[in-house]
Amino acid sequence: MHIKKILRKASQYGLLSLIAIICIFPFWWTLVVAMSTEGNLFEFPPTFWPRGISLDNFIEAFRVIPIIAFYKNSLLITLTTVLGKLVVCSLAAYPLSRMQFSGSKLIMGVILATMILPSEVNFLVNFITMTKISLVNTYTAVVLPNIVTAVSILLLKQAFDEVPQDLLDAARVDGATEWIIFYRIVLPLITPWLATVGILTAVEAWNEYIWPSIVISKPEDFPLSAGVLYLRGTYGSSTRVIAAGTILTVAPILVAFLFTQRFFMRGMDGAVK
Amino acid sequence: MSMPGSLSASNKRRNLLAYAFLAPALLLLLMFSFWPVMYGSYLSFTDFSLIREVHWVGFANYRALFANDMFLTGLKNSLLFLLVVPFTQLGAISLAVLVNNQLPGIRWFRAAYYVPVVTTVSVVGIMWGFMFHDQGTLNYVLLQLHIIAAPLGWLSDDALALFAVMFVSFWRGLGWYMVMYLAALQSLPSEMQEAAILDGANRWQRFWRITVPMLKPTILVCSIMSVLAALKAYQEVDVLTQGGPMNATFTALYYAYDQGLKHLKLPRGLAASFVVSLCCMAIAFVCLRWLKPGHRE
Repeated sequence: MHIKKILRKASQYGLLSLIAIICIFPFWWTLVVAMSTEGNLFEFPPTFWPRGISLDNFIEAFRVIPIIAFYKNSLLITLTTVLGKLVVCSLAAYPLSRMQFSGSKLIMGVILATMILPSEVNFLVNFITMTKISLVNTYTAVVLPNIVTAVSILLLKQAFDEVPQDLLDAARVDGATEWIIFYRIVLPLITPWLATVGILTAVEAWNEYIWPSIVISKPEDFPLSAGVLYLRGTYGSSTRVIAAGTILTVAPILVAFLFTQRFFMRGMDGAVK
Repeated sequence: MSMPGSLSASNKRRNLLAYAFLAPALLLLLMFSFWPVMYGSYLSFTDFSLIREVHWVGFANYRALFANDMFLTGLKNSLLFLLVVPFTQLGAISLAVLVNNQLPGIRWFRAAYYVPVVTTVSVVGIMWGFMFHDQGTLNYVLLQLHIIAAPLGWLSDDALALFAVMFVSFWRGLGWYMVMYLAALQSLPSEMQEAAILDGANRWQRFWRITVPMLKPTILVCSIMSVLAALKAYQEVDVLTQGGPMNATFTALYYAYDQGLKHLKLPRGLAASFVVSLCCMAIAFVCLRWLKPGHRE
């Protein structure tokens, strides 16, 4: 009986580990390539452990690739997208949740409608729009289309819905303006939700590579996500440097993810508070 | 609550205030969600280019599209891409069941399965490019296991490349749907399972007879999402093969972007995107008709 239990546990962990390896292995192999300096890249049998651990490839990557600039660009794009989204979407969600005004149903419908609109054409037409309002080659053009999504507005509306009405009534009796109520009372109460939307948006913004590479024409102005692909095209021969650049691109996201897992695993471990 | 008498004035003020709050978001939605669809659908019936005057050409772009081999290949491949759906869903449900318990360290396994989801597609493309290399790890492992006799050109053989791209899509989808199923599993009542255990049902029976039927609404929603994602697949193509070798991995939407953005044939790219969108909307509409209201997650 006891032996059986141990065996079952072992087989469970064995299966879990096997799947984990399939998910993680490409990252590990890329890291090994980036840290090794000798030997062929592709050889049989392949090396699963770095030979001659060194950071030379990373240093080389910093030397030949404008990685610092890519980092700066990515950070700038990510931060402005997150900030813009939190400001604009929470502003929009507040009246939908807490104010009675004429046309609120219609506005809600309009926002919901964007969820079923075919977004596949957006890249193509937004590029024309950006050309016409001469924003091509600016980060404004990269960020602007990603600031508002119906999902974020709905999430924040849900958050506002949960704030007790008494708080608002008391503030109104005290003669607080709607703006003060929103900014001073309600907004601080939904901080966890703001964090959730912020983190999810940050990952999306950091990872997006197609749209930036459409509206930005100078490669040195690319964010990392687009830059790393551009590198593969130009430095196709120096695979180790590309591998190093690849690791440098995912590292921040993986670290951020490990610290904020629970936001991604909503509904797990009874995380719904 | 406003007093009668001052009703209209304060109402007006409140409306104005509400719309002031909403204005930035509505403006951006109009510009970047509604306008693209309206203007885009008009442009797909013209010979638009950024430098010339625009002429109405009727259905010419759409006609050209369906006479174009590359686009037809793309459509065929987008349909083939639907093969990813059952594998992804079944895999994700199994994974969710597997990690839905209180084993020590299970949190880290869940996180590991989610890592591919939060990774930039461009990085995924580079890494799997290494994996799929003729002399790469995948061939080595398969050779060692005697599954293949000689190294295969996963991305260079036009019979295989699309399947390699599909595999990467599957690899990225697993964790995403696993989280959805896990959330659903954790909201299920446990009485049924306990009763089944008392009745002597084994794990296998419990999975197929109880878990899967109870997850039906979630399975339906996830499958629709998965089908639409498969029909709209283009990112994996872009980062792994750029449509090659010999156009073998063109999908319909990748063709649209390739035409519209790389060759600056915007009307044709738009027409192709609208064909994909219409297919997706039709499918979504039919599927949602099956769903009873109140079943939406």
